[in-house]
Amino acid sequence: MDQLRRLILKGGGASGVLAVALAAGLLRPTGAFAADWNKTAFESKAMADALKNIGAAGAAESAEILIKAPDIAENGAVVPIEVTTRIAGAESIALLAEKNPFPLMAYIDLTNGAEAYINTRFKMGQTSVVKVVVKAGGKSYIASREVKVTIGGCGG
Amino acid sequence: MAEPMKIRTKLVDGSAHIAVLMIHPMETGQRKDPRSGQAYPAHFIQNVTATVNDKAVLVAQLGPAISKNPLLGFRVKGAKAGDKLAISWEDNKGERARAEAAIA
Repeated sequence: MDQLRRLILKGGGASGVLAVALAAGLLRPTGAFAADWNKTAFESKAMADALKNIGAAGAAESAEILIKAPDIAENGAVVPIEVTTRIAGAESIALLAEKNPFPLMAYIDLTNGAEAYINTRFKMGQTSVVKVVVKAGGKSYIASREVKVTIGGCGG
Repeated sequence: MAEPMKIRTKLVDGSAHIAVLMIHPMETGQRKDPRSGQAYPAHFIQNVTATVNDKAVLVAQLGPAISKNPLLGFRVKGAKAGDKLAISWEDNKGERARAEAAIA
């Protein structure tokens, strides 16, 4: 246990040290990570609640967020999405789909030189508006884009 | 234990373009077994952390709406060839995986 204590003291709880401690199997993973998963927001069933629970209620519409996603997704189980933003000092990017059972899909913090860019793939059960929230300098910005789905991604 | 991740990196104009493919079922908890009518229990990656030279660059919280075998692409400005990239994830059942790669 002494080694763990030293690690934590040294790092002051910095996430890098935490990751090292995790990898070394010094910390029980569930305890260390669980607090970092925004359960309330991920379990919100309405878009408005999800936005509120990630602290983005009343986000300003922005044309500076570019969402690259197909107009029509042939397979709702794998919808590619690429987000870039020209908003200076972007700290986080959140992805939401209005008609999904739980709208919030991902919340990503970017630090230490990570660019305001993210590329991933998500599921959607039906045609829906996809929203992207970018936080920068204590403010929230939002942009939307509709993606049509021909085959749903949830029923299988 | 979890299958290995696939990591690709490419340096473009002073920034590292990184793509990580994690092998995971990403079960939503919504899908039902057609015979029993029971929903398959949710099983999905909740947290992903990426570090470059032990500094966190990306800390992601994911929901079950991210596709099976999640892909995460991101870019890190100022990263150099040889920098140490480490990715770790943990899912809702406490399973976890970690992988390292040198940026090239």
